[in-house]
Order: sequence, then structure tokens, then C-alpha cells
Amino acid sequence: MATEAPPPARNGTETDRGPVPPTTEQFVEVQESEEFGELRRTYRSFAFPLTLAFIAWYLLYVLLSNYAGGFMGTKVFGNINMALVLGLGQFATTFLIAWLYSRHAANRLDPRAEAIKSRMEGDA
Amino acid sequence: MSTPVLLAADNATSEHRPLIIALFGAFVIATLVITVWAGRQTRSAADFYAGGRQFTGFQNGLAISGDYMSAASFLGIAGAIALFGYDGFLYSIGFLVAWLVALLLVAEPLRNSGRFTMGDVLAYRMRQRPVRTAAGTSTIVVSIFYLLAQMAGAGVLVSLLLGITSDGGKIAIVALVGVLMIVYVTIGGMKGTTWVQMVKAVLLIAGTLLITFLILLKFDFNLSDLLGAAATNSGKGQAFLEPGLKYGVTATSKLDFLSLGIALVLGTAGLPHILIRFYTVPTAKAARKSVNWAIGIIGAFYLMTIVLGFGAAALLKNGDIVASNKAGNTAAPLAALEIGGGAGSTGGAILLAVISAVAFATILAVVAGLTLASSSSFAHDIYANVIRRGKATEKEEVRAARWATVLIGVVSIALGALARDLNVAGLVALAFAVAASANLPTILYSLFWKRFTTQGALWSIYGGLVSAVVLVLFSPVVSGKPTSMFKDVDFYWFPLENPGLVSIPLGFLLGWLGSVLSKEEPDKGKYAELEVKSLTGVGAH
Repeated sequence: MATEAPPPARNGTETDRGPVPPTTEQFVEVQESEEFGELRRTYRSFAFPLTLAFIAWYLLYVLLSNYAGGFMGTKVFGNINMALVLGLGQFATTFLIAWLYSRHAANRLDPRAEAIKSRMEGDA
Repeated sequence: MSTPVLLAADNATSEHRPLIIALFGAFVIATLVITVWAGRQTRSAADFYAGGRQFTGFQNGLAISGDYMSAASFLGIAGAIALFGYDGFLYSIGFLVAWLVALLLVAEPLRNSGRFTMGDVLAYRMRQRPVRTAAGTSTIVVSIFYLLAQMAGAGVLVSLLLGITSDGGKIAIVALVGVLMIVYVTIGGMKGTTWVQMVKAVLLIAGTLLITFLILLKFDFNLSDLLGAAATNSGKGQAFLEPGLKYGVTATSKLDFLSLGIALVLGTAGLPHILIRFYTVPTAKAARKSVNWAIGIIGAFYLMTIVLGFGAAALLKNGDIVASNKAGNTAAPLAALEIGGGAGSTGGAILLAVISAVAFATILAVVAGLTLASSSSFAHDIYANVIRRGKATEKEEVRAARWATVLIGVVSIALGALARDLNVAGLVALAFAVAASANLPTILYSLFWKRFTTQGALWSIYGGLVSAVVLVLFSPVVSGKPTSMFKDVDFYWFPLENPGLVSIPLGFLLGWLGSVLSKEEPDKGKYAELEVKSLTGVGAH
């Protein structure tokens, strides 16, 4: 594998900008550190369950459309039925989840990531 | 071709053809100016592939929306709603919810750890040449499927507008679109393409907003009345507002809908032309911001397509929509004609021209994005890293990308001419299925699973890709039904139009199986690099 180089920055324009990149050993060390472990946990414990939740909620909606026509046809008011309300509900939850994730990322992830990044780039 | 609306549309277009041509021409000239201007600033590979990485989150969000809201969304979804009512609306929900996968799992890690293509991330931990070949192949296949849909839409639309009914005329239009997109991409690179997409997104939103407003005005902003009128006028009554008209007919069509739903929600985050857009911003935070803008803009747009589609159903006769285009792709322009005062009126002709120019802009911007994605991947993954083993200079790489653009343009013109009667939303759904089966599993495993190996990556890309394409080939999309690409032959055995239900789980399964059966030890050091980079942005440029 040593002969097949990872995507290196070739011929320059981009390599000139950054500091010397950290070594693989430094990456392994950081990956095993408590601080990075916490960043990973903070990210995964939020993003993974939320992903499963919105996919399940979306599939529920698809399955209801498929196999619960009677329920979906229930009138809520005027010509607006359950199907339309739940469909619009998917729009609402999408906007809500995007907002929740972005708030989580800004408050809990960005400061941790930034700290690790500036230390590693400062070290090298 | 003797229905009143169509005749009237023909009359309207012949009277107002100068106006339509002027609008088309204005858009083409404006975008060509932008392209030349952007081309002058395109020097390095980072300029060509990633627009110099200097766009803001908002600009990129707008460009993503421009890239994503294709002719399929605009013409296809509105048309599907106009013909099948509620079942058409289901498309837009999948298309929107899918953005959460991109936001939560893909956009930021990808921006942090790759440079130009999807292959950069997929091959990061793996043996470069085989994985890049696989990534390049799947990028090109997905993009060609998607291109096909856009080209088909272009032919349909412009022939309606200019009253061209001959096959030769339609093919000429497809060829014109192909030539323009080659010019945009070869000269303007990512910078030019991004600006074209931003301009188009603004035009599309403005045009849709106008028609939506006029339709709602006609119904006194009462959505319930609009839906009621659509239900009555469709001749199907309340069933028009309930799920089932398109997909609820048989047990097979229900499964097909489930398959489509899964493909839509998992496909977006595996579409190469969307993924490379994340490289045009300087940081992961800006990538997050661009997805948020995109979700807002795209969500608002899909909400308006509900009004457009049901409005078309309420205002037009079902028979006229079908007569104009079997798949319903022209419902939105016809609704614009009607709401502007009907056939023969100046208002109607102007609105028809405006909406059609917007749709034309839409197609051009999207095909440019798709072509850029496939030629980038060809040049960066296959030419530079596989054929030249990483020894090509930047200049050679960009030159290869430009030639690839010409080649892909020519291929898609040829295929687009063949596929001109398929519903474009259906075709795009196929591209989503391939992206979800071949690309998404590999992206997620690469980023999040430390035991993933080269063999796993190859199995999941090729397994997902081949199973999706083969299932489509032997599905009713290609043969055996009146709506098939080849109506006169019948070799289908796979009952579903969308392969996602089978091919997506297969892609995930093969990625796992290939890794656990692999003799190769996963490269721990490389995974450490990828994981730390993807979460923190160390060394990202």
C-alpha cells in the first residue's frame, strides 16, 4: 500500500497555504485521545439516533400512504385530509431537525473540533 | 394533436414566438457572459473543480438548490400531481427529507476530508486505483441517468413552446442543450457553473412564486377550495386527494412506491453532482450553512409545486394535459398559459413564455452541474490517479476534464434523443436508486466504520451499481409496457420500476460482507487520519 500514495496535494497551489500536515502517528494519537473520543461521542450520539428517527418517521408516512388509505383519506377540515397534513408534517419536521442539528453542531461540536484542529495545526 | 389547448398554445406561440425566443436568448447570452468571465479566473485545478472554494454558505445553498431543483422537480412533479393528485406530491417529500441525510452524515465530513470528487473520500483509506476506478464509474453512470432525464425534459418543453412537433426538431433542441452545457463547463468550470446555477435558482423561485400567487389568487388563497376544484375537475373526486391513484393500484405498485420512497430519501447524499458542491466553500461550517439554505429554499419550492400541480389539475382538462405530453411534463407551462388569461390572450402567452424560459434555464443549469461532476471524476479519479498514477500535472488533469466534458456531452445528446417520452421524474428516481445503492453505503462505511476495507468498498460500489442498473434494464421502464423506453419488445422480469428496494440493501450488505471476508487488514493509520480530519477539519483546504 505504500506505493499507492494517498491523495496528495500535487504541484502546489494548495499546499502553499497550510502549515506542514501532521504525521499519521499524530493522527492516531489524537484519534485515541479522550478529547477526540468525546467529540466523536457528542457527534454520533446526536446524529445517528436522529437519522434513524427521521428515516423511521418518513417510512411510517410512506407505509401509511400505501397501506392505510382509509386513515389517510380522513378529512381534517374542508378538503384537507390526513394525508396532506402528514405530508406537510414531513416538511415541518425536516425544517425542525435541520435547525436542531445546526444548533447542536454550533454549540457542542464546533468548539471541540476547533480546539483539536488548532492544537494539531499549531503543533506541526 | 387536435385538442383546443394545444392548438391554442400553438397559436399563442406562433404569435408570441419572438418573445419566447428573446427570453431564451437573453438567458443564454447572460449565462455565456458569466461563463466567459468565470473562465478568465479559472487557472488552477481547485478553480476548475471547486470554483476556488470561495463561495459563501448562502451562495452555495442557492447553487445547490439550482443544481437540485431540476426539470424533474419543476415539470415532473407538477405534472405528476396534475395527473395523479396526491401520489405526485409524495415525490417532493422524499426529495426534501433526503437532505437531512446529507446534513447530518455527509456534507461536513466530506468537505473536511476530500478535495475535488466523491472518489477522494471513498479512496482515502483504500488502495487508490481500484477504488477510484469504481468511484469514477459509478459517478459517471449516476450522472448519465440523471442527464438523460434533463435532456428528455428539454426536448419536450421546447418543442411545446416553439410548436416543434417533428422528431428531428426535438432532437435538434436536445443537441442545442448539449452544446451549451459543453460550453458552460469547458470554459467556466465550477465557478461559471455555480453562478449559472445561482441565477437559475433565483429565476426559478421567482417564476414559481408568481404562478403560485396567481393560482392562489384565483382561489382566494383558500387551499381547501383549490384542492376541491382539482378533485372535481380531475374526474376522480376525493380519490385524487388521497394516496393510491398511481401507486395504490396493485400490490406490486405499492411495493414500487416503497422502493421509490427509499431510493429518494437515501439517494440525495450519494449524488456526485451534489457532493462536489460541498467543496466550493472554504469550511465545513460553510458546508453546513449551505445545506441549511438549500433545505429552506428547496422546501419552499416544493410547497409551491403542490399549488402548481393541483392548480393545473383544477384549471386544465385532464385529457389536454395527457394529449400535450403523455407523462404530464407540460402541465406547469400549460397552467401558466391558463392562469394568465387562457389560450390566445397576451397575458397567457407572456406567462407561458416566462415559465418556459425558467424551465429552460433550469435544464441548462442542471445539465452543466451533472456534466461537471462526471468530467471531474473522470479527470481526477480515473485519468490522474488511475491511468497516470498520480503523476499528471494540474494542467493535464484540467485538460482531460475538458475533453471528458465534450465526450459526455455527445453521449448524453444521443441518449437524451432516445428517452424523450419518459416521465422525467421517473427517470431521476432511477438515478437516485443507483446513487443510494452504489455510493451512499460506501460513503457511510468509509467515514464511520473502521473495519471497512478495499474489498468491501469495491463490492458495495459495483454490487449496488450493477444490481440497480440490471434491475432497471429488466424492468417495465425499459421494455414491455406502453410507457417503456422500447415499447415493441418485452424482456422484463423484474416487476418494479424502481430497483431501490432490492439494490440498496444489497449495496449495504455487500459492503459489510466484502469487508468481513477480506484478508486485508484495514489501514488503522489511514482511518485515524480520515476520522480526525472529517470531524475536525485538520489540514482541510
